[in-house]
Amino acid sequence: MTDGATALSAAQPGETAFKQPVQHGEAILEVRDLVKHFPLTKGVVIKKTVGAVKAVDGVSFDLVKGETLGIVGESGCGKSTLAKVLMNLEPATAGSVRYKGEEISKLSGPALKAVRRNIQMVFQDPYTSLNPRMTVGDIIGEPFQIHPEVAPKGDRRKAVQDLLDVVGLNPEYINRYPHQFSGGQRQRIGIARGLALRPEIIICDEPVSALDVSVQAQVINLLDQLQKEFNLSYMFIAHDLSIVRHISDRVGVMYLGKMVEIGTDLEIYEHATHPYTQALLSAVPLPDPAARESRDRIVLVGDVPSPANPPSGCRFRTRCWKAQDRCATEVPLLASPSWLGGLARHDSACHFAAEREIEHSAAEREIGHSAAERENGENGGNGGNGGNGGGGAAPIE
Amino acid sequence: MSSSTSTSSRSTEPRRDTTDSKDAPLLEVRGLHVEFHTREGVAKAVNGVDYSVRAGETLAILGESGSGKSVSAQAVMGILDSPPAKITGGEIVFKGRDLLTLGSEERRKIRGAQMAMVFQDALSSLNPVHTVGMQLGEMYRVHKGLNRKDAKAKAIEMMDRVRIPAAAQRVGDYPHQFSGGMRQRIMIAMALALEPDLIIADEPTTALDVTVQAQVMDLLAELQAEYHMGLILITHDLGVVADVADKIAVMYAGRIVETAPVHELYANPAHPYTRGLLDSIPRLDQKGQELYAIKGLPPNLLRIPPGCAFNPRCPRAQDICRTTVPPLFEVTDDEGVPAPGRASACHFWKETLHD
Repeated sequence: MTDGATALSAAQPGETAFKQPVQHGEAILEVRDLVKHFPLTKGVVIKKTVGAVKAVDGVSFDLVKGETLGIVGESGCGKSTLAKVLMNLEPATAGSVRYKGEEISKLSGPALKAVRRNIQMVFQDPYTSLNPRMTVGDIIGEPFQIHPEVAPKGDRRKAVQDLLDVVGLNPEYINRYPHQFSGGQRQRIGIARGLALRPEIIICDEPVSALDVSVQAQVINLLDQLQKEFNLSYMFIAHDLSIVRHISDRVGVMYLGKMVEIGTDLEIYEHATHPYTQALLSAVPLPDPAARESRDRIVLVGDVPSPANPPSGCRFRTRCWKAQDRCATEVPLLASPSWLGGLARHDSACHFAAEREIEHSAAEREIGHSAAERENGENGGNGGNGGNGGGGAAPIE
Repeated sequence: MSSSTSTSSRSTEPRRDTTDSKDAPLLEVRGLHVEFHTREGVAKAVNGVDYSVRAGETLAILGESGSGKSVSAQAVMGILDSPPAKITGGEIVFKGRDLLTLGSEERRKIRGAQMAMVFQDALSSLNPVHTVGMQLGEMYRVHKGLNRKDAKAKAIEMMDRVRIPAAAQRVGDYPHQFSGGMRQRIMIAMALALEPDLIIADEPTTALDVTVQAQVMDLLAELQAEYHMGLILITHDLGVVADVADKIAVMYAGRIVETAPVHELYANPAHPYTRGLLDSIPRLDQKGQELYAIKGLPPNLLRIPPGCAFNPRCPRAQDICRTTVPPLFEVTDDEGVPAPGRASACHFWKETLHD
């Protein structure tokens, strides 16, 4: 993992501290052993804490300037809580989040406000994250009321129209209300609001999962183009693994509050060494019927355990086919396994980290196969692959 | 695979239809039209849809929100809210009988017993104030007239069949005490309780996580094969379709725009919309490049464009597309030999096929 931020001088709090340029390739956000527990209480009058939901339990990673870090995991793994803690919307229970070397959990007042300006969020559901009683102009312009230094009062309308233009909406729509837009257009409004303060980091929490398939690609392309234009760093939280792979430079996999594996997209998707990542990748339905027979799927048994009472040792051990006695007693650390080489050697929190050789070659074959097939289809007329879909095809009038 | 495949004793054998000839489709929908009468006007949700399903076959209906895929399925089930919905034309022939000519009491007897539905959101489809055992047992009490005790025993048996661990202990639990995957299993158990001939699954795994989605789809496929049921799978997920479907009908703005056996559709689509959907899937060799995106938005059903509904978004649109609604053309190969089961509602299907 890169660790370049130590070079940054300890700047005094205040807005000026964040004007220091961070070079491309340096960590802009450093997260260390971040913990977020939600207490479970009992009793109405006298509240007793009886336990805690360990939503995020010791997560460390760097977000590098200009990169996209994808975070994948199933519901309940803590990925959205992680986003909220990074935004300082929820106070962290323990651990540190440093923005350009500055510990953000210790900040307050103007210094915190300045950091928040630079970390913005795009939410999942564009239907509920936009106030239905506000016009688009008010929604996108609201950040300027909190940070008036970005756009002086007289310029705000113009600034909002520019933002609408940047995200591909007609600037004349400034007086419309959210309900007059489709889902994809609403998500563009959400993105424009996130961009308003010219942040350096945008945390996207499932930004396309509520959208129609044909519109998802449009929004992904917009995010990609904005990143290049404004040199943004993205943290891209999603459960759609193929979209995450498309947009991410690095990918982190979370399970039950822990980061279990992190690496470049190639390391994670082609050389995964953690059993959970392997199961997750193998479970993704491929849009290629020819792969139906050849794929080697790992179907996990059971459900994710409760984060209020996670298993001892490795949290994945209850569903893992490799689990041994050691997994129940010893928590595996997120580190590069010394016994692996090449691309397989990246951070993985498993005592028995190893590539899944057979599956991996099968996956490559599938991908190559489908690519070749489409190639054929495009060049060679209507031949298709000759396979009959089985089941018998009924005539259509 | 999951732990056990213990198929506990079933009292009745899966029903095999002996009256119908083997080749006749189980369900045939012909020229179905459904309209919604709203304050702003008439929304044409389904505009002449034809499809058929045989026993043991899986038909996937693929489409975006507003394409009419769910509405057409609800019309088949007879659970459309009317008003505002109104079936304005067509036939739904199920095992030789046109369901639209039947009275509500007769349809109620068919629903649940002979055709059943699995909904997307199990939490809102199950009643939160009744135990799952009681909701499962209700199927047997209402349709088969069993008493409470026998119904409960059947409920436990069904929960076992969908592999809910410790079914006998959990039969008295409420829906909120189950996880999302387990709730969807209960929904499947309810749908299968009376061993129907046809299952309609409306986005059955959309609300679930990938690893759980794999379990549920496997279960559904396995039970379908065992009972030799017809399955209509309604989804927007191209991955799930590729995994389980035998044939596919792609819907857009209330019409079927393309039908094909699964392999042919993915290998060589004959409609620009299908091609656009397939091209917008992120692919390995395109990383870092712009994704292909179908431009524009799905149409408003109150104002479906004249001609082909897809023409404003279509890269291939010509004048004829803006004036003439394309019928579902039979797709043939270069020698003019019809490709079995293939059809495309595009004036330029030939050119699309050769793209």
